[in-house]
Amino acid sequence: MKLRRLTLIGIPYFWLLALFLIPFGIVLKISLSDIALAIPPYTPTLDISGGWQAVRDFLSELDFENFEFLTTDDLYWKAYLSSLKIAAISTLLALLLGFPMAYGMAKAREDWRPTLMMLVILPFWTSFLIRVYAWVGILSTEGYLNQFLMGIGIIGDPLVILNTSTAVYIGIVYTYLPFMILPIYATLERLDESLIEAAEDLGCSRISAFWLVTVPLSKYGVIAGCFLVFIPVIGEFVIPALLGGSKTLMIGKVLWEEFFSNRDWPVASAVAIILLLVLIFPIVLFQRNEQKQREAEQ
Amino acid sequence: MNQDTSGKEFAPWNDASEKPLITFKNVTKKFGEFVAISDLNLDIYAREFFALLGPSGCGKTTLMRMLAGFEAPTSGVIELAGQDIAAIPPNKREVNMMFQSYALFPHLNIWDNIAFGLRREKMPKDQMEARVEEMLRLTKMEKFARRKPHQVSGGQRQRVALARSLAKAPKLLLLDEPLGALDAKLRQDTQFELMDIQESTGTTFVIVTHDQEEAMTVASRVAVMDHGKLVQVDTPDVIYETPNSVYVADFIGDVNIIEGTAEANGDSVALTWTEGQPALIGSANQPIAKGASAAMAIRPEKIAISSEKPTDRTNVLQGKVLDIAYLGNISTYHVQLDNGTVIKAQIANTRRIARRNFTWEDPVWLSWTDTAGIVLAV
Ligand SMILES: Nc1ncnc2c1ncn2[C@@H]1O[C@H](COP(=O)(O)OP(=O)(O)OP(=O)(O)O)[C@@H](O)[C@H]1O
Ligand SMILES: [Mg+2]
Repeated sequence: MKLRRLTLIGIPYFWLLALFLIPFGIVLKISLSDIALAIPPYTPTLDISGGWQAVRDFLSELDFENFEFLTTDDLYWKAYLSSLKIAAISTLLALLLGFPMAYGMAKAREDWRPTLMMLVILPFWTSFLIRVYAWVGILSTEGYLNQFLMGIGIIGDPLVILNTSTAVYIGIVYTYLPFMILPIYATLERLDESLIEAAEDLGCSRISAFWLVTVPLSKYGVIAGCFLVFIPVIGEFVIPALLGGSKTLMIGKVLWEEFFSNRDWPVASAVAIILLLVLIFPIVLFQRNEQKQREAEQ
Repeated sequence: MNQDTSGKEFAPWNDASEKPLITFKNVTKKFGEFVAISDLNLDIYAREFFALLGPSGCGKTTLMRMLAGFEAPTSGVIELAGQDIAAIPPNKREVNMMFQSYALFPHLNIWDNIAFGLRREKMPKDQMEARVEEMLRLTKMEKFARRKPHQVSGGQRQRVALARSLAKAPKLLLLDEPLGALDAKLRQDTQFELMDIQESTGTTFVIVTHDQEEAMTVASRVAVMDHGKLVQVDTPDVIYETPNSVYVADFIGDVNIIEGTAEANGDSVALTWTEGQPALIGSANQPIAKGASAAMAIRPEKIAISSEKPTDRTNVLQGKVLDIAYLGNISTYHVQLDNGTVIKAQIANTRRIARRNFTWEDPVWLSWTDTAGIVLAV
């Protein structure tokens, strides 16, 4: 009995330890190391056979040099800021697009809703990478979009969309839209229609009933959706790499380049640690929102 | 209730010169193929306290929702003060509704829920605050003003819903089961409060209730509905004393229904109902053809019960006591006749239980006068 309980409680902790805390510890350790031409490409490495003295030598060689380095080159903080900006704007765009879609779904006839829901989830059945590549085909100068627009004669010369920030926004909003729609839909669908009627009965027009009742009651869904888009977009790497060309600066891309192009694992790790610190703030807010929602629903 | 301030009887429905506030003209409401309201005609007058009574699903809420503007009639016309209201949206109608489900705004506290309608009409702040406080006092919810609806009890939520609909003091108030969740004492207090409000403001009330005693207490007129139709619309005493059908008699209050065949007999109607028993004599409101099947509706409190055979009453039956239900102020005796029929008779408990005259299995005589029972066609 006791063993079973221990196992039950132990599994999630083991999971957390194995898949988050240990990797985090390794990355943190690398971020405090120095770059070296070796395998692995950093120093020091811990050799436990050396005993207590080896551990002390090892610890004395760790320092914050890489973090200091991040402050000397303005590439890094610009990349962080640019990521935050792109994430914020994409979140806003996804909200502007996602809310009406979720609202439409929630107001649709009941027997249509599962179908609409499936249409929202459908893209997840294809690989994310393939879908982003598909956008390359659509947005490039010889792509389908330009062919179509030139074909019907709206434009004479092809639009340059690929490798601009516009393409990045299109890609991000497209990819993350379901994460915005689903939580908003969940709150709107549960919304009691008689509350809208009560508001109208008490003198609200349709529009003011929407602002005074529908919007505040979908608040938790909106906040959840915003975080579900904002948090992963900050660290996004594939979309800016494939659609944004060299001009779009995002921290995920910087990280990738440090790791694979420069093979500077310690600096890359430091970038990752800072990214994590940046993300902790919205993640905590997100958790608090979820908690409040549960309390409100109880 | 039926008296207005001048002392003259309040009965605008009897006055051909009075214009009704609300008129339903051949109103039918269908949900798909289902007919919720069927060709309904009804006049409700200003300052009335109009009660809708009927079994679950008979269309009471639908009727209210059409008045409030949430459902449009499939056919027919609803007029408010002589004007067809089909085109007027709910927020432009001088009508407030208390929802059966309360529909309190979960994101607003109780104070703000009550103030919601006042804010929409841009009432000055101090005036609004006074009004909300008044409503809170009226519904005894002052202590809970800062709580959210999910933090108060079901009965308290119902009171908030009532306060919110009363706050705007509309011309017409629709209350869909406003007091169902309250305890007897609070319900009675609130009924009197509502009657006071009605008297002092002249608001017209339409109220749905499942509690016929409540309908009797507060209403100027009662409408009994069944399957989307009005069966009878009359003052409470008429509904109770002279129901127009077995359905109404059975629905309002306790009643014995004795089925048989009508025999014309002067002013009153005789009802032969079983072999070897004398015919029962009662009065009839509608002419009933001789030989038609009919039923007598007789209220338990109109039946006397005695150990000696009474000589001064028209209808006399013998039986034995099957069961006694003690209800505090009254007792209901279930008396079984020789042919197996069970008749309920009620007696006021003026004496202590220990000293009552009859007990189980006692042979007794039941009797009532020739005007006490109503003979109805079935
Ligand atoms: N939106 C709707 N769609 C389909 N049928 C409906 C709808 N609203 C009501 N009905 C049906 O119409 C009938 C009348 O409903 P209504 O709500 O008016 O009943 P009610 O008299 O208020 O009953 P209760 O006393 O249980 O509240 C019911 O049979 C109900 O199922
Ligand atoms: Mg109802």
